[in-house]
Amino acid sequence: MTAAEEESGAPEARQDERPALLRMRAITKTFPGVRALENVDLDVRPGEIHAVCGENGAGKSTLMKVVSGVHPHGSYEGEMLFDGEPVAFRDIRASERRGVVIIHQELALVPYLSLAENIFLGNENSHRGVISWNETMRRAGELLRRVGLPDPPRTRVADIGVGRQQLVEIAKALSKHVRLLVLDEPTAALNDEDSRNLLELIKQLRDEGITCILISHKLNEIRRVADRVTVLRDGRTIETLTVRENPGDEPQLSEERIIRGMVGRDLDQRFPSRSRYEGADAGELALRVAGWTVRHPIDHQRRVVEDASLTVRRGEIVGLAGLMGAGRTELAMSLFGRSYGRYEAGSVHVAGEEVTTRTVPDAVAHGIAYVTEDRKTYGLNLIDSINRNISLPSLSSLARRGVVDAHAERRVAESFRASMNIKAPTVAEHVGRLSGGNQQKVVLSKWIHADPQILILDEPTRGIDVGAKFEIYTVIDQLAARGKAVLFISSELPELLGMCDRIYTMAAGRVTGELDRADATQESLMRRMTVDRG
Amino acid sequence: MTTSNAQTSQPDSGERPPQSPRSATQVLLTGLRTHMRQYGMLIALAFLVVLFQIWTDGTLLLPNNVSNLIQQNGYILILAMGMMLVIIAGHIDLSVGSVVAFVGAISAVMMVKHDMPWPAALVIALLIGAAAGAWQGFWIAYVGIPSFIVTLAGMLLFRGATQIVLEGQSLAPFPKGFQNIAQGFIPEMGPYTQYHNPTLVIGLVVVVLLIWQEWRDRRRQVAYELEPIPFRLWVLKCVAIAAAIVAFTLTLASFRGVPVVLLIMCALLIGLGYVMRNAVIGRHIYALGGNKAAAKLSGVKDARVTFLVFVNMGVLAALAGCVYAARLNAATPQAGTMFELEAIAAAFIGGASMSGGVGTVLGAVIGGLVLGVLNNGMSLVGIGTDYQQVIKGLVLLAAVGFDVWNKRRVGS
Repeated sequence: MTAAEEESGAPEARQDERPALLRMRAITKTFPGVRALENVDLDVRPGEIHAVCGENGAGKSTLMKVVSGVHPHGSYEGEMLFDGEPVAFRDIRASERRGVVIIHQELALVPYLSLAENIFLGNENSHRGVISWNETMRRAGELLRRVGLPDPPRTRVADIGVGRQQLVEIAKALSKHVRLLVLDEPTAALNDEDSRNLLELIKQLRDEGITCILISHKLNEIRRVADRVTVLRDGRTIETLTVRENPGDEPQLSEERIIRGMVGRDLDQRFPSRSRYEGADAGELALRVAGWTVRHPIDHQRRVVEDASLTVRRGEIVGLAGLMGAGRTELAMSLFGRSYGRYEAGSVHVAGEEVTTRTVPDAVAHGIAYVTEDRKTYGLNLIDSINRNISLPSLSSLARRGVVDAHAERRVAESFRASMNIKAPTVAEHVGRLSGGNQQKVVLSKWIHADPQILILDEPTRGIDVGAKFEIYTVIDQLAARGKAVLFISSELPELLGMCDRIYTMAAGRVTGELDRADATQESLMRRMTVDRG
Repeated sequence: MTTSNAQTSQPDSGERPPQSPRSATQVLLTGLRTHMRQYGMLIALAFLVVLFQIWTDGTLLLPNNVSNLIQQNGYILILAMGMMLVIIAGHIDLSVGSVVAFVGAISAVMMVKHDMPWPAALVIALLIGAAAGAWQGFWIAYVGIPSFIVTLAGMLLFRGATQIVLEGQSLAPFPKGFQNIAQGFIPEMGPYTQYHNPTLVIGLVVVVLLIWQEWRDRRRQVAYELEPIPFRLWVLKCVAIAAAIVAFTLTLASFRGVPVVLLIMCALLIGLGYVMRNAVIGRHIYALGGNKAAAKLSGVKDARVTFLVFVNMGVLAALAGCVYAARLNAATPQAGTMFELEAIAAAFIGGASMSGGVGTVLGAVIGGLVLGVLNNGMSLVGIGTDYQQVIKGLVLLAAVGFDVWNKRRVGS
């Protein structure tokens, strides 16, 4: 990468300041085949709100897992000092004993226990193994008041909204005498009002002396509450910037400045040169979605996708950019047989005719395919073979009177193994044994064989190495060259800029922009991806 | 099973694998290792047979005991095959014992009280089983109540219904034709030999068919450029299969021939096995059990498939109910108690996985036979039913424990 630029953009933490509460030095963490963190430095001063931001996959969550002992000492390189002393957390309990508490994006509450029980879960107020309920309720009441939650401690977690559940997590953290609170995208699932309340609470906790690391990609939030911000990119620390000198000050840092740090990488990934589709129907509308609105499957009050409209033409690759929680996957899955959430409104036109895609077979029948972002959960049967995974959506085309032609099936799988370069000894190999890139090729093969006219590809290159990425880009290009309409969902902006003809941006469930490739830059996209509804 | 047990991992991927005995052993060992679970249970079954054959001084494999063994376990094997499908789909059915009793009761009422001809009664009984399965399948597949709960309710419901229908009494006897389902044999034909003639013919046909099938498989593997097992080993395999069938045929033929219930079981084994391997619906069942979310997103109609699996289970439970009633020659209110647990145990011993998506119909039969041989052998040597239960419990635990250990070892 560009070492020179990084150094110039990364002002050293000044040593004369108050000593850091948390100091991380040259943290390197590798997973099999991937270097998630490389020489990451982070200094968090006592009593500050320190934001950490970066694109998806930049290493934010991994870094926080190192801080909290989820990745234990020894599984990473580098040193970590807490309160000036070197620390080596073996597990979460060890970090919690020092007062480091992490609140994950997916809340870790037991829905059918009461607020009080959840707050003291694993940390019960007990004497010789017998819980003192009076003590529990009294202390829970105090903590709930402190985080501004009006519900009585006996309320079940399942009966309160996500916003309030987030506050329960914080109360739980407070019960552990937290000194450093780590919040991983705390507002991703919250509506505006809940987000505002939560941010106010974080500020209030800072005034009480609790230090906070806030992972967020909502830049307006960072500007609203943070004192400093550290930008990560590709597993490296890019820079630490000061948002405000004193807690009460107005922010002195612009969103543009943060965005520059987040996206300033070289476009060193290569993309195949785009081939044109020359068919007579080139440029005809293949897919038109209008006014699509979907509510959350459980929290029916919340609209996860709101009034989304977009079009894709034959032979066109259209990007859909957005950060986590923007509603891209939710939009795609609800289009594909209403596989997500509760449909509220909106229409789908395929090749000019309005169609219903109420079930997955409906959607497939209308020539729509959805390649999931989560191939292990939604894409593959890991305990079955490559050929059976590929044939699953189109089994009836391989069968006569309900009986599958196993030979034809094998031939199909073999041809995909060759054309997609799936690395496996035979097509009878279980998919669970393949690498991520090869699994992704199986998922793509599966849907290409179903011969759809419209392909929705959701993060098709997530978690796979650069070489395999290029192969997948080539496949996508070939699909478009054969006249398929491709909707390409990705968090990686260079990839969208490298592959797409047009790019839509989404934020907070809405389509916030549409840019031609010629007009789009990472900055212009990122600005539209980080606008808030309010 | 037709596909992959011929994969070899020989380092020398030359044109033809060298046909030395050493390489054949190697192939055998790799084959064993990769199909540990299936072959493991087959080996365990063979071991049990040998053990009890010695222990009972040869009584176990006497022709009349072999016939008895088949007739004694027929209904459990029928249930186990249906249960295997249910478990592959990621569900469970606790109600089959009660359905067995209920269908037995209804058929007794039809035939004993109302003198209905037995073929008509049999058809109606199977339809009632289908309806019982549809009832449960509806709640599970379309309403979304967990199968454990629905079939637990069914267990109580159908047991109670049995007692209502029978008014607490046993009903007997059944017409001769109906009894033959469980107790009968294929009629003797042709001149007097020492053996049962039609049985010999059937055995011969089966040997020819199986070897032809093996040969076709081998040719296809060559056509698909898959390395088939070495020729010598293949011949050995064919000889072993033929020898086993000939021995089995001669044993049956020297008593009263092929039991009717064996024909029913073989038809089910071949039919269901074929459906699970080669039919679209079979694939959908495996896919649902393997990853329900992915299957749904691939367009598998999960509710319909689940529903059909339970309808199938209902029909098979009804069939087992008729076989059981015919064997006892009576319908009793307590018929079929604990059958669900025997069937579930057979499926798990035969290679099913708690989380679904894995297992074969043949595996269920092997699992059922392991239990059956244990039952029969232990009774012959005079082990009390109290100890029998303890031993069967340990065998179930050992079989599944072996599976868990094996999976962890292979690391999949």
